[in-house]
Amino acid sequence: MDAKIFFKEIYQHQEKDTSNLKSFQQKNWDAFSELGLPAIKHEEWKYTKVKNLFKDGLVYDQQASSINKDALSNFILRGTEKANHVFFINGIYQAGLTLVADSADDLVIKTLEAASGDEDAAFVDAYLGGSYGYNSDGINALNASFSSGGAFIKVRKGAVLTHPVVIHHIADAQVGLRFSQPRILISIESLSQATIIETYNRIGTNESLTNEVMEICVEKEANLRYIKIQNEGGGANHTGTTHIRQLAKAVTHAVTITLSGTVVRNNLNMVMDGEFGESHMFGLYLLDGNTQADNHTIVDNAMPNCFSNELYKGIMDGSSSGIFNGKIFVRKDAQKTNAYQTNKNILMSENSSANTKPQLEIFADDVKCSHGCTIGKLDEDALFYLRARGISEQNAKALLLHAFAADILQQIEIEPLREYIDGLISDRLTLNI
Amino acid sequence: MLKIENLHARIEEKEILKGINLNIKPGEIHAIMGPNGSGKSTLASVLAGRTDYEVTGGSASFMGKDLLELSPEDRAREGLFLAFQYPVEIPGVSTTNFIKSAVNEKRKYLGLEPLDAVQFLKTMKEKMKLVEIDQSLLSRSLNEGFSGGEKKRNEIFQMAMLDPKLAILDETDSGLDIDALRIVANGVNQLRNNDNAFLIVTHYQRLLDYIVPDFVHVLYNGRIVKSGTKELAFELEEKGYDFIKAEVNEATA
Repeated sequence: MDAKIFFKEIYQHQEKDTSNLKSFQQKNWDAFSELGLPAIKHEEWKYTKVKNLFKDGLVYDQQASSINKDALSNFILRGTEKANHVFFINGIYQAGLTLVADSADDLVIKTLEAASGDEDAAFVDAYLGGSYGYNSDGINALNASFSSGGAFIKVRKGAVLTHPVVIHHIADAQVGLRFSQPRILISIESLSQATIIETYNRIGTNESLTNEVMEICVEKEANLRYIKIQNEGGGANHTGTTHIRQLAKAVTHAVTITLSGTVVRNNLNMVMDGEFGESHMFGLYLLDGNTQADNHTIVDNAMPNCFSNELYKGIMDGSSSGIFNGKIFVRKDAQKTNAYQTNKNILMSENSSANTKPQLEIFADDVKCSHGCTIGKLDEDALFYLRARGISEQNAKALLLHAFAADILQQIEIEPLREYIDGLISDRLTLNI
Repeated sequence: MLKIENLHARIEEKEILKGINLNIKPGEIHAIMGPNGSGKSTLASVLAGRTDYEVTGGSASFMGKDLLELSPEDRAREGLFLAFQYPVEIPGVSTTNFIKSAVNEKRKYLGLEPLDAVQFLKTMKEKMKLVEIDQSLLSRSLNEGFSGGEKKRNEIFQMAMLDPKLAILDETDSGLDIDALRIVANGVNQLRNNDNAFLIVTHYQRLLDYIVPDFVHVLYNGRIVKSGTKELAFELEEKGYDFIKAEVNEATA
């Protein structure tokens, strides 16, 4: 499809946004017109099935469809019943459906438009769209051009949230190939602590494409846990970018789990923008059929004395493919940086594949950095050892794969949620003991 | 119980077993000795069903079934046990869960109800005493970071839990100090009865001071070249393997 013509039509006919976001949208529209959509010729999209993403016939009306609101509770994952719930339908934030479990003194959730015109305007001004530096492919700009339906979340200074904030993305694909562009800006103020969970669901049998942009600023000495769970089923396509900027002594812990979908692209960009920041990034992709999961991560060490550790693991069966691309930048001033990265992949079938690419660009001279990646089959010796004790081949494989995934699962601190996901994985691995 | 006739096996293009004959009856302990590279571990691996080895001739029947037709897991469920020379470290799989899975898969195969948590723990406690193994070891990942002695004791513990009809101990004594050796041997001696049998593969006579075999076989160059009673082991210890090699070479010359 000619994306520029398609989206221009929609851009010109959208309701004129009179809020303070107007100039932001215009600026990004201009940028998108320059950049266009990602293509295979882009180094960062080399292995991604981009053709499957922006196809003809996208339904993009920026309307929340007539989804039965009562049915939304079905989308709440086990283990997260008691939480702050935020709903996006077709990429549009549904202010009326928000359920807040924590105190309003601690947690603020509102539309992005509202935030751009009230006491949070300065923050919106400073951070909205401020973290695109790494993306030269236009998807961030495309999202920003249509950011009227976005949400703003703030965890106030010193607040320790009792419950996670669960953001539900629901795509109505009953009428056609649903296109959604959720936009979220989050402020984790200094000394506060919060867990943010994102999940995705699709209604209807048509395909969907979600192009999401989330920007988070974790301020001084704040602590963020971020969990992204993707289990939308075949037909769901995703290009999501999470930008996290950490200030001094902030700690971020991110877990990305991809269990199904058609083409799922996750960008996670971390900027260590204050000294003594700490960042942990974990990922698990358990794929089968034709699913492709593509995790691109960036850790940009801009300031000295920061620590980052990254561990992504993939299991590929059927004709699925897993992609990992991890960049670590250590800027000239970022002395005493400790940055580690590991990616491990297991291929279960002839037709599955993995592409992994660690990239370190180090400009400082007093740092500790390491990276490593593996692609292999299940350990034959381990498999034989288990079978020689009477464990069936299928269960032996499942036990080993489950153990392989356990490192990542253990990173989910909310126990009932971890057990739920563990159950999904055990079911998938047909662990039958 | 186990009847091996003219068994040939190779790995890739290299023929390692060149016609093994062996007959083990219930209640017996057999020792297989031999110099390095004679095929001792290959024989143990082939019997357990390792697929790296290709059986090119002969037969092996176990409890009246064609052993070579069974998958490794079915051999185990039928009552064959291999104590590995090099037990594999498996991170992320707890030893206890692993043994519980193994015990219950075997029970299922035999048409028995799975052990419930209480029965399982009770059995485990009993068998732990037998090999003087500590609970803390069993809650760790399977063999991960275990010392050589701990790994071997864990093998004997698994053997005790699975209660096999025929246990093959593949150089279980290698790398063990005398205390660990005594514990392992003690475990075997307590488990032996008139219905089960042991095949002990070893390079040295040392283990046989503790586990007294009924028969000793010398494996050399892929064949059993000499069989006898426990006195043969003493003779080997005294004279080394060279006299056997000399005898064989003379006979084939």
